[in-house]
Amino acid sequence: MLDSTVAPKALERFLYLSALCFGVLALGLLLLQFFGKPLLVSTSLLVIVAAIVGYKLSFHNSAMAAVWLLATSSLAAAFLLLFLSDIESQGAVGFAFWFLVIASWVLAWASVSRFTEINTLSRGVNAALSILIPLIFGVWLLLLWEFVTKGHDVPKVLLPAPSDIADRFMHSIPTLWADFKQTFIKSVLTGYIMGCSAGFLVAILIDRSPFLKAGLLPVGNLVAALPIVGVAPIMVMWFGFDWQSKAAVVVVMTFFPMLVNTVAGLSAASRIQLDLMNTYAANYWQTLFKLRLPEALPFIFNALKINSTLALIGAIVAEFFGTPIVGMGFRISTEVGKMNVDLVWAEIAVAALAGSLFYGLIALLERLVTFWHPSMRAAAR
Amino acid sequence: MSDTGFKNSILPVTAVCLAILLIWSIASVWLNTPWQKDVFKRAGAENVGAVEFVKATMAQERPKLPSPQQVAVEVYNTTVKKKVTSKRSLIYHSKITLSSALLGFAMGTLLGIVLSVAIVYNRALRKSLMPWIITSQTIPILAIAPMIILVLNSVGVQGLVPKAFISMYLSFFPIVVGMVKGLNSPDIGHMDLMRTYSATNWQSFWKLRLPSSLPYLFTSMKIAIAISIVGAVVAELPTGAVAGLGARLLAGSYYGQTIQIWSALVMASILAGGLVWIVDIIGRLVTKRMGLNHA
Amino acid sequence: MSESVIQVDKLSLTFQTNDGPVHALSDIDLDIQQGDFVSLIGPSGCGKTTLLRVIADLEKATGGNITVNGVSPEAARQARGYGYVFQAAGLYPWRTIAKNVSLPLEIMGLDSATRKERVARNLALVNLEGFEKKYPWQLSGGMQQRASIARALAVEPDLLLMDEPFGALDEIVRDHLNEQLLALWAKTNKTVVFVTHSIPEAVYLSSHIVVMSPRPGRIQDIVVSDLPRERTLDIRETPEFLRIANRVREGLRAGHSYDDVES
Repeated sequence: MLDSTVAPKALERFLYLSALCFGVLALGLLLLQFFGKPLLVSTSLLVIVAAIVGYKLSFHNSAMAAVWLLATSSLAAAFLLLFLSDIESQGAVGFAFWFLVIASWVLAWASVSRFTEINTLSRGVNAALSILIPLIFGVWLLLLWEFVTKGHDVPKVLLPAPSDIADRFMHSIPTLWADFKQTFIKSVLTGYIMGCSAGFLVAILIDRSPFLKAGLLPVGNLVAALPIVGVAPIMVMWFGFDWQSKAAVVVVMTFFPMLVNTVAGLSAASRIQLDLMNTYAANYWQTLFKLRLPEALPFIFNALKINSTLALIGAIVAEFFGTPIVGMGFRISTEVGKMNVDLVWAEIAVAALAGSLFYGLIALLERLVTFWHPSMRAAAR
Repeated sequence: MSDTGFKNSILPVTAVCLAILLIWSIASVWLNTPWQKDVFKRAGAENVGAVEFVKATMAQERPKLPSPQQVAVEVYNTTVKKKVTSKRSLIYHSKITLSSALLGFAMGTLLGIVLSVAIVYNRALRKSLMPWIITSQTIPILAIAPMIILVLNSVGVQGLVPKAFISMYLSFFPIVVGMVKGLNSPDIGHMDLMRTYSATNWQSFWKLRLPSSLPYLFTSMKIAIAISIVGAVVAELPTGAVAGLGARLLAGSYYGQTIQIWSALVMASILAGGLVWIVDIIGRLVTKRMGLNHA
Repeated sequence: MSESVIQVDKLSLTFQTNDGPVHALSDIDLDIQQGDFVSLIGPSGCGKTTLLRVIADLEKATGGNITVNGVSPEAARQARGYGYVFQAAGLYPWRTIAKNVSLPLEIMGLDSATRKERVARNLALVNLEGFEKKYPWQLSGGMQQRASIARALAVEPDLLLMDEPFGALDEIVRDHLNEQLLALWAKTNKTVVFVTHSIPEAVYLSSHIVVMSPRPGRIQDIVVSDLPRERTLDIRETPEFLRIANRVREGLRAGHSYDDVES
């Protein structure tokens, strides 16, 4: 890959230097212990070599330096994980371990820095980079979490390590699935579909009355800013403990954002385009379907995206007010009480995964449907 | 919204609000009717007049849906008539919720601004952090509220701060997104002008980027402050908090005190609406003073 | 052979604003015949666009009479009696070029075979064959404007109303499109009402040039061009052309003289 390589800036040079320093420090400490921990010794050697070679490479070829740094920092992280897994036989981790954690993290950071300096016109490479770079960041967040909890021996009730959570996740799939079905499929999806459709239909209904629009828009905007999730206890009283009451909360929460956004979207068509429809003597419905609704689509999708998060929040919080003995909110609040924190985190992982996938799906749909919109065209470039 | 737009909207908004109150009243009569019928039947009172019946439905002690005036009276009684220090005063509970919301909002705003500046000036951060910031919002963070409070409790942080953390988490996001947009909002011409002066990063930040980001900051702060109230209220729910508007909601739902629930909701809404309004006014004053007149 | 397409009689239009009434059009008399190419020219605020919008029934006159195709503008609009080209192409970004051109035909309720045939024919007329499947934002500004002309032509009206259609384009593209428009006019014998603020453009294109002036918006002069219908861009260097351009310029100056101080 021939790119015009940008020399590392001061901050990045500092990264190489600190990785080198921490590597040397760790090696020195281990030297004092007469190389009692061969795994850590090899890690520190790896880090030192990685920093020096990475620094040299960064002046010649960004891509090669980035890949080198990524590979070495990952290998160092793998060594450290291996060391942790065998922690009992090694005794408590010492300063050398933490120095190496810092050194390999700094190397990963340098690799991200190098990756962002890669200038290429290739679409595929850019797309891969736009996934790889945040991925490195995310993985390292998890790694640091793992190192800190395991290395410091943080009590599980306080903060379980990612590996513990993953372990618990794998062993509680039936429970998690049942909770997911109850909360997401029954409450969230039902409420989301009902609330969004209702908001959309009401927006269409009041569209022909400027008076109603002028009145409802500010009120809707205000209501969208209110802590609506507080209606949860009322809905539980009205609709019972099962998923219906949660769906009702979701309906109320998603209704107003959809109403406000659709009304705003329906007035997004420009004067010229409305005049054009006028010159064709188009009737209200023709103008609505051929011009104003397509023009409103970005707004509607905005509401759909906002609502996807709101819906999940609404359903989970509503479960804090009473539910049958299943559901994500129920599980979270009861297992916190029982100090089963790893299960709570597994539940949170499910919620996070469901939330991001839900959002991602809608974002993907938006891309397909509103590909023509300038914001989408800019994003696709 | 412009001032003329505001004038044009007073009448319709009033009408819509009145309509909501009317629908609310009718709904409360309708929803409370079965219970009231039952009460009269047991009391052996036959042939109750319609007016009397409706009055009775709107004055139940634990109605399915309290009428607007019941809620208004309750709010009045628990704010104006109670001493501020009393545990039954809504002002007392509001103060607790408000203080954690405001603390969280302040922390969130600060964090948001710092992050946005870092993101705007560091390419590596922008590319690696921004996707996660966006993803973090697709996670139903309020679900983690009990977790965060538990973790912070066990490391000895109690009271206001854990709740403020939830508000902070919720409110930093709109600030980051808005500020990144705002700091990048100066057009190329203005940026090039700074270049021709060979201004330093620091200079072009203070003289160009920051001023032009202010309208965005205030727009984001309106969203952030509203959401930090939501965060503070919800943070009180799962932890068995004894004070705060969220605790009132929870207690009300345990004992079926619907009037109490509704008055807590109304209070939370007033707080949220009031704070948004205040931020809006400050934002208008500041941007007007700086001659930046755009939304 | 000639018959009136547009007859305007003592037309006036007054807007009520917060600063008092604005006389956008005052005492306009105009008679446009079948096959004419009429340019409305004048400084901004002279009401040239407003007059066009009244003809199109996008604006209602407050006084006087106007007929389009012998009926009221509203009836003419309902009967899809004209095609209108705006200053901006105003193509729908979610529709392909072919779909954009077929938009008015869908609204008229034509069947798909007719639509297809008309779209192909009119795209060919503006030399946009081969771009049917493209989206508007994939085309240059000049091509977009040509597509919007094809969209106006697709209605197959005898009357074409154009509001500074090339105002946003650069001069080279504009010259090119002017040539194409003239060829189109010669081929189809349509009546065109064309709003512009460029003297060369007006003189080059028109059979009649209506010079307007502001405050109140009124007609200053109507210049009848005796240039041949078949024209090339070279005609702009002939004495004939310059004479007409001069007369238009004098008309504009006369209408403008009393508010020099202001401008």
